[in-house]
Amino acid sequence: MILEAEKLSVRFGGLAAVDDVSLALPRGKIVALIGPNGAGKTTVFNLISGFVRPDHGRVRLEGRDITGIPPHEACRLGMARTFQIVQPFGAQTVRENIAVGAHLRHPSRASALGAAEAVAARVGLAVQLDKLAANLTIAGRKRLELARALATEPRLLLLDEVLAGLNPREIDEVLPVIRGIRDGGISVLMVEHVLRAVMNLSDEAWVLSNGRLIAHGTPREVTSDPAVVEAYLGHGTAARMRAAYA
Amino acid sequence: MVASSGFLLNAAIMVLYTALLGLAWNILAGFGGQFSFGHAVFFGTGAYAAAVLQAKLGWNAWATLPAALLLGAAVGAFIGALSFRYGLRGSYFALVTLAFAEVFRILANNVDFTGAGVGIMVKLKAGPENFQFATKTGYLYVILAFVLAGLVVGWWLKNSRYGAWLQAVRDNEDSAAALGVNVFRVKLGAIALSGALMALGGVFYAQYFQYIDPGLAYGPGVSIEALLAPIVGGLGTLWGPVLGAVLLQLLGEGTRGLFENAPGVSLMLYGALLVLMITFMPSGVLGLLRRKA
Amino acid sequence: MFELSILWPSLLNGLTTGAVYALIALGLTLIYGVLHIINFAHGAALMMALYGVYYLQRSLGLDPYVSIVVMVPAMFAAGYLAYRYVIGVASHGRDENILLVTLGLAIVLENLALFLFKSDTRTIDTAYTFTTVPIGPAMIALPKIVAFFGAGATAGVLLTIMRTTDLGRAIRACAKERQGARLVGIDVEHVFAMSFGIGLACLGAAACFLLPAYYVNPTVGNGFVLIAFTIVVLGGMGSFAGALVGGLLIGVVESVGSLWLGESLGQIGIFLIFIAVLLFRPQGLFGARA
Repeated sequence: MILEAEKLSVRFGGLAAVDDVSLALPRGKIVALIGPNGAGKTTVFNLISGFVRPDHGRVRLEGRDITGIPPHEACRLGMARTFQIVQPFGAQTVRENIAVGAHLRHPSRASALGAAEAVAARVGLAVQLDKLAANLTIAGRKRLELARALATEPRLLLLDEVLAGLNPREIDEVLPVIRGIRDGGISVLMVEHVLRAVMNLSDEAWVLSNGRLIAHGTPREVTSDPAVVEAYLGHGTAARMRAAYA
Repeated sequence: MVASSGFLLNAAIMVLYTALLGLAWNILAGFGGQFSFGHAVFFGTGAYAAAVLQAKLGWNAWATLPAALLLGAAVGAFIGALSFRYGLRGSYFALVTLAFAEVFRILANNVDFTGAGVGIMVKLKAGPENFQFATKTGYLYVILAFVLAGLVVGWWLKNSRYGAWLQAVRDNEDSAAALGVNVFRVKLGAIALSGALMALGGVFYAQYFQYIDPGLAYGPGVSIEALLAPIVGGLGTLWGPVLGAVLLQLLGEGTRGLFENAPGVSLMLYGALLVLMITFMPSGVLGLLRRKA
Repeated sequence: MFELSILWPSLLNGLTTGAVYALIALGLTLIYGVLHIINFAHGAALMMALYGVYYLQRSLGLDPYVSIVVMVPAMFAAGYLAYRYVIGVASHGRDENILLVTLGLAIVLENLALFLFKSDTRTIDTAYTFTTVPIGPAMIALPKIVAFFGAGATAGVLLTIMRTTDLGRAIRACAKERQGARLVGIDVEHVFAMSFGIGLACLGAAACFLLPAYYVNPTVGNGFVLIAFTIVVLGGMGSFAGALVGGLLIGVVESVGSLWLGESLGQIGIFLIFIAVLLFRPQGLFGARA
């Protein structure tokens, strides 16, 4: 297991945003974290990656307890994350953006810029290297977000709705990129609403609703689970998915 | 040619002096995104370091340089550690720097060590070995060297890992942290570096004008002087503070003739210029040129 | 520790000064609460208002307390126009930009005053400038007592406007939820300009109460800026109660502080409080957690 979360809980004000969440991520797989809006998926990410301190529970990365360590430390230890609302360094070029990530492992400016170019090629941003990040389309920005995180050479990548806002063709273009990342040896945990991606990409899925985990299994198992259908999918979608992926 | 014309020489020195202050402010604000309104706190520290070490402890003027740099950096680290540890940003950070400058001013005004309200005179000890020159040319070379040092720092910020991290923090702290940047340490480094360079400006002032007092050292005048040039020239650029200093000097000279040295006119224009720049050219002249290119 | 006969007048003087500080801070906190602007020009605007009161007395013989009827509308108009045509335009929404714009305005105003009025410090003489009133064992200058009640009354008027009028409701709506206010048809830019105007109108009143017991010169605003910020931050950005309580508190701290440390060092207490609040409790006494 590359990541283990044990009984993570956090309350904001009176509300239990995440309640007693335990999950384990096997190395080298793509795992999906799905669930309705407001379920607490991004909060789980924040708890794992150090942006929010849990009230209870522990997080272990490759066996090492990282609960409550600051985000930059988590990144140094090999866990990178993207943000649901992309936050590029707008006034800088794509190359410069990615280089910030690359600098974690490359102290020299020249080698960081070179590494940035390589990562850009992997995600399909090679043509836009000299463009200002602020001038990219949403699809471009999502790729940039992905590229920056990749540049830090993580062993675990947390993707927060990396497909949100993309049209079907753009999604089709990104799926192989994510598959390629997994094939390259990086484990992936992705929060995702685009169920097509979840079914096609992920080896396992966890379902979060109202801060609690309600299901875990292969995508097929999880989407036929009655609790998941009630809380998230709805019967119509579940039926359509059963038909499409039977 | 330049050396023979006293007027041009003086103007050149003032331009470079303003550019130095601007280069220092630009490190923290332009590259680091933290706008300080109390940069005088570092300036005054450098100026008093030079004056006090010479007047009270008999140090050689040049020896006060490293002391001033260290003190400037230390004050920067102190203010930065407090402010950044508690997450002060934007307006709150600007306010806290203003408050620190005022605290230092009041202290300097009331402590014998700094000569209290009377200030300290740097005794006349002519000779380059004492950082005092018979003609202004000597000062020109010194300030030029300081500005070059500032430009080297700027170049380094544009081409190093630290600089990349600093600009990332400026543009988006959370993203930077998620990419492995230790935001606190990076900001701390920037304010220390900025403070050190600003203190250098203070030392130059003390030697050039041979006098310092609390108002001159820690007053709002210097804080404002430091931010005007980079904003006019272009925040976060290498040459912005220098270009801005030149433009401000030209504006000052131009209007001096018009209003016959009436008090406050050039500053009024600088204030108006600040408002106009922010409204129409927030990226400064260099920003405008770059967009046209 | 201190004899009551020394402490008591110091306390009373601190309260009277504090009341005027509170009025100044009210304007600043209103501007921050509604527009989220830290108005660096507040001190300079006060200085211009003080000159206004001064010249109204010098050239028209208007008693400062009578000048209120002139100064308040005049400062309101100045604030409205300044926001509508300068600050609102320059803001582009970014925090740092607004800081710099108001700073620029402060520089312009201060040096305009220097150019027009020269740097001499001026005071006004009225029939009652030197009258004192005994309160307990202390003799307090009459202008200061008038200032205390005048500032209080003005604050009361302001709070009534905010609570009972449509404008007050619109202002509070814009402060809480800008987009929502727009959606229900409130002309947000107009309300912002009105708020800025009201903020400056407070300064107009404050100047009328302040000048009889104080003085004016082009740099007098600088001293008030930091004190006003301290009060606003101490009381809580955007909180009226905070501005009132904070103003009185700071007035007393300054007065008792100078008793203990001397006039110029006494002010340091204020700035140390300021730094401490910014660091450890930035929401102030009455403010909401950001």
